[in-house]
Amino acid sequence: MILAVASGKGGTGKTTVSASLASVWPTPVIAVDLDVEEPNLHLFLRPEIQGSEKAYMEVPLADEDKCTACGACSDICQFKAISLLGDVLITFPEMCHGCGACLEVCPAGALTPDRRELGEVSWGQAGKMGFFMGRLRVGEAMSPPLMRFVRAKAAKLATASAADMIVDCPPGVSCPAVNAVMDADVILLVTEPTPFGLYDFRLAHEAFAPMNKPMAAVINRAGLGDDEVQRYCRRHDLPILAEIPYDREVAQAYSQGQIVAQATPALKVAFEDLAAQVRCVGPNSPCEAAHA
Amino acid sequence: MPEILIISGKGGTGKTSITGALAHLAKNKIICDLDVDAPDLHLLLAPQAIQVHDFYSGNEAIIDPELCTYCGLCQEKCRFEAIIEDGEAYRVDPLKCEGCKLCVSLCPAEAIAFPQRHCGTWQVSDTRMGPMVHAQLFPGQENSGRLVALLRQHARELAQEKGYELILSDGPPGIGCPVISSMSGTDLAVLVTEPTPSGRHDLERVLELCRHFKVPAGVIINKCDINAEQSRSLADYCAREGLELFAELPFDPAMVQAMVRGQVITEYQKDGLAGELARAWEKIMQTAERKKAA
Repeated sequence: MILAVASGKGGTGKTTVSASLASVWPTPVIAVDLDVEEPNLHLFLRPEIQGSEKAYMEVPLADEDKCTACGACSDICQFKAISLLGDVLITFPEMCHGCGACLEVCPAGALTPDRRELGEVSWGQAGKMGFFMGRLRVGEAMSPPLMRFVRAKAAKLATASAADMIVDCPPGVSCPAVNAVMDADVILLVTEPTPFGLYDFRLAHEAFAPMNKPMAAVINRAGLGDDEVQRYCRRHDLPILAEIPYDREVAQAYSQGQIVAQATPALKVAFEDLAAQVRCVGPNSPCEAAHA
Repeated sequence: MPEILIISGKGGTGKTSITGALAHLAKNKIICDLDVDAPDLHLLLAPQAIQVHDFYSGNEAIIDPELCTYCGLCQEKCRFEAIIEDGEAYRVDPLKCEGCKLCVSLCPAEAIAFPQRHCGTWQVSDTRMGPMVHAQLFPGQENSGRLVALLRQHARELAQEKGYELILSDGPPGIGCPVISSMSGTDLAVLVTEPTPSGRHDLERVLELCRHFKVPAGVIINKCDINAEQSRSLADYCAREGLELFAELPFDPAMVQAMVRGQVITEYQKDGLAGELARAWEKIMQTAERKKAA
C-alpha cells in the first residue's frame, strides 16, 4: 500500500509521523520524502545513502540558423518561456514547464531538446527500511516534475520488493501537495489543535475528499490549543487514529533529531497502534482475515 | 517605503504568529498574506472585505466527448499524463493538466476547448491593524507565483496612493515558485527558524535562496529554549554568515492561547514574549530602513 502523510499546514508533524510510522512498520517499507523544497525525513531516519542522480526537465534549445521566425513556438507557449523579439528567438528555460509543445509545432526543426536541472534524487537504506528523497535545486521554482521523478523511482522498487510506501508530503493543498497524495491508497492528515491547524486541516480535507480515498487524522501536540479539530473530525466522520500529547520531552527529542516513536516506550506503542490501524484501512488489509 | 517579508523555509516555525505581532507593532503599513495556499493571518486579524476579486491564471483543456473521435493523439503527446481513457472517449484530469495547449493544437477534430482557469480569489480588507491584501487559492491549483506577484503589486499601488510607509508580508513556506515570487525586490527578509534539525536545514536552504536573489536577511530564533545547544549553534551560524539576529524567543504557550482568542501575542500580554518582539521590531525596522537606503 501507499500511505500519504499530508497536512494543510506546515510544521504540524508530518515528518515526525512519517519517520515514526516507518520505524515501527511491521512489514517491508520504503520511506519517501516528497517534500522536495524542504526535505527533512533524512535528518531523522539517517539513511545510508547508496546512490543519487540529478533530475532534469526537457527544455527547448533554439538553433538561430534554422529558425524562420514564424512565431509558432512563441504563439503556443503558455508559460512565456520562448518568445520572438523581432526575428530573434529567445528562450527562458527557467519558465519552461517541459510540455514539448514548441518542439512539436516548429516547422523548421529549429528547436531541439536541451535540459534544465531540477534537483537530485537520492536513495539508500535505514536499517531494514528503503529510503528515497528528492531535493529541489535552490532557485528552481517547480517542484512537481522532480516529485514525479522521485515517486516513479520509489514505486518501481516498492513493486519489485513488495514493500509498502510511506510518503512524507509537502505542506498545503495546492498542486504539489495534491500531486503527492494522488497515488496514495490511504491519506493520513496530521494536524495540531489550534485555529491555524483547524483552518488548514479543513482546506486539506476539502481538497482530498473528492479523491474518495480512505482518510484519517492524527492530532499532534494534543492539549496545546482547543478541541475544535476533534469536533470537526467528529462532525465529518473522520476517524482520529492517534493523538500525540503536547509534551516538552517530545519536542526536545525531535530537536535532537530523534525519531519520536523511539523516544519513549509509550510513544512507541502509540505508533505501533497507529500503524496497525492504518494497515487495516488500506488495500490487502491484514485485518480482513481477522474479521472473516 | 520598505518591504519586509517574513519567511522560514520550514512550516510551523511561528511565521504567522510573529507577523501578526509585528503588524500590531508597526505603524502606517499595509499587511499582506502571501501564503496563498494555506493562509492563516486572517485568523488573527479578522479582516473585513472591502473588495473581492476572482483570480484567473492560465487555461485548462476540456475534451468535448461529442466531437472526440478517439484517435488518442492527445493522450500520446501529453507529457503530464493528464489525459485519461474514459470508456469510449478521453477526458482531461484537471489536477494534472498544466494548461500547455499542446493537445488543443494537435487535435484533428478540434474537440478540445481551452477556457481560462478560475484558481481562487483575492481581496483587499480592513483590519484593526490597518489594510490587508490576501488571497485563497482553490484546492489543487498551481501554487502560483502569479497570485503572489499580483498581491504585492496591489499592495504597492495602494501604499503609494494612500501614503503608507511600509509593506509587511507573511510569506509562504518552502523555496519554490511562491517564495521566489514573494522575495524578488523585497528590502529585508526576516527568517524565522527553530532549534531543530529541520529548522536548521531549511534555514540554510532559504538563506541560499535569499542570496541567489540578493535579498538582505536577518533571523529570529523561535522556541529557542527547546534545545539550548542547537540555539547557540544557530546563533553562531548567524554570526558566521553575517546575519543579524533580531530575537531569540522562548517557547510560550501564550502564543497559542492568544491565537485561540483571535489575538496577536502583543495584544494578549504586555511583557514576556511581547516585550521581546517589541525590541525585535525596533531592530528590524532600523535594518530595513538602512537596507532600503543602501
